[in-house]
Amino acid sequence: MTHVVRDSRVALAQIRPRLGDIGHNLSIHLEYADRAAAAGCDVVAFPEQSLTGYFLSDLVVDVAVSRSDALLKPILEASHQVAIVFGFIERTPDHRCVPAAGYAANGRLLHVHHKVYLATYGLFDEARDLAPGRHLRAFDTPQGRQAMLICEDLWHPSSASLVAADGADIIYGLSSSPGRGVGNGSHELGSTETWHALNRMYAQMLVCYVVHVNRVGFEDGVNFWGGSEVIAPDGTCLVRGPEFDEALVIADMPDSGLRRQRARLPLRRDENVDLVSREFARVLVERSDATDDE
Amino acid sequence: MPLMTNNSLKDLASDALQLNTNLASRVLVEFLKDGLSKFGFSRAVIATSGGIDSALTCALAARALGPENVLALLLPYRTSSAASRADAETLVQALGVKCTAIDITGAVDGYLRELDDPSTPLRRGNVMARVRMIATYDQSEAFNALVIGTSNKTELLLGYGTLHGDMASAANPIGDLYKTQIRQLATALELPTVILTKPPSADLWHGQSDEAELGFTYEVADEILYLLVDRWFSQQEIVAGGYDEQLVLEISQRIKRTQFKRRPPVIAKISDRTIDRDFRYPRDWGR
Repeated sequence: MTHVVRDSRVALAQIRPRLGDIGHNLSIHLEYADRAAAAGCDVVAFPEQSLTGYFLSDLVVDVAVSRSDALLKPILEASHQVAIVFGFIERTPDHRCVPAAGYAANGRLLHVHHKVYLATYGLFDEARDLAPGRHLRAFDTPQGRQAMLICEDLWHPSSASLVAADGADIIYGLSSSPGRGVGNGSHELGSTETWHALNRMYAQMLVCYVVHVNRVGFEDGVNFWGGSEVIAPDGTCLVRGPEFDEALVIADMPDSGLRRQRARLPLRRDENVDLVSREFARVLVERSDATDDE
Repeated sequence: MPLMTNNSLKDLASDALQLNTNLASRVLVEFLKDGLSKFGFSRAVIATSGGIDSALTCALAARALGPENVLALLLPYRTSSAASRADAETLVQALGVKCTAIDITGAVDGYLRELDDPSTPLRRGNVMARVRMIATYDQSEAFNALVIGTSNKTELLLGYGTLHGDMASAANPIGDLYKTQIRQLATALELPTVILTKPPSADLWHGQSDEAELGFTYEVADEILYLLVDRWFSQQEIVAGGYDEQLVLEISQRIKRTQFKRRPPVIAKISDRTIDRDFRYPRDWGR
């Protein structure tokens, strides 16, 4: 595939999945995909675990599906009209259940990303039920080279740095971010503030588009705050979805946005991947030699 | 050159406890809408004492469901203060919610009369709280509603409530708000002034006052609880930050001592898969 970024129009599907009900959630996906296609979008992006809901606990084993499962067929068929970024739980051939983001286009799964960093602290308990991913990769699409990361992946700046070094011009972040923190008289939830800062930082410093899709609704009393957004390489917010309400939010991501900002701020050109990887390799060796009580 | 230092622990706590009331009420209203509709309900019943916690709960429910779908239950005992009843009626008027009053004296005294021993104020208070629970759940069936809880985070952490009494509910919108935050939100929602300004009381006996009974004010308790629970400060760090050592110790011990009240009854493990231990399905399963 040629490495040419085209102007693309993306739709952010800020949905309210039903916990553990793939059939219902699938119908939401198809409805939003239709709407996105009708609006002339190239891609429609859904949040983390959009097909299953988030706080699954023991339900994980009931909702995990293989890549070839018939349940995913309607998504693949719909991807003839618009590419679909969606979240699910993949059951691997050896029966690990892994949080996954799929990129479906032209009737097939172009790429699957497995969540590398499982959130297991505070209200999160992912590593109890799920297996982590083992790769961070950018991949080619009809709209250029892109990458998908899932929620906690983006709380590790190395993940975004790596897929940018791998050539991603658009980073999709799929989230089920619980809303929390209403103190200090702040204007936003604590989680909202952090995500806005993260998305802007990645877009500006990695000089790429960041598409962050967060869900809405409640699970067992925990709210998901929405506020999905697209940040341009110059750090401007192109569009932001409402807080707490379902929405289909559309933004144009012109190639010229990348061209102009990379002329102004050639951070990506100057990124020294060779030096960084050598230094990481050194740290790895030195740390593996060190003992815990040093 | 001005000397800049970081804020004291006290400033940190009191600033952090300043609630974004717009955001909080939005989340809590949505919580009620979602929590009821998922289970097929559109109505709520709330035991309403005339105090600020149940008043705020009623106000949130009225916003979420419409006042016509909220039943405020007034459940006085013969020793309940007339002022509490009047305050609850003021609230009902202000919100336009439905209201039913049921005197629990007959039920409470009927039970107490059967006892050979004279009971104690604490036991009698618990009996009242549990008779109110019976009435609230019974009325929820008649009104086709869910019981909405009114325990706040401060009293839940301190264990200052009656298990299966006032602590019983299907859903609690205010259980993650400290008492001082309840006051802020109630003020922002413009609840009747009389409810905002009176001293908190369980009104289980004449002249009872939460703060007198607990031996400390909610302001200082909330700051200590916030630092301990929300920010993971150690007792030593909090004392070094200027809080009374005895009080920090007492509050820490109360949390520990009353942990059982915040958990479902413990189940003896026998099988491979025990409810709530390794049989772990979400409450919103399929919803």
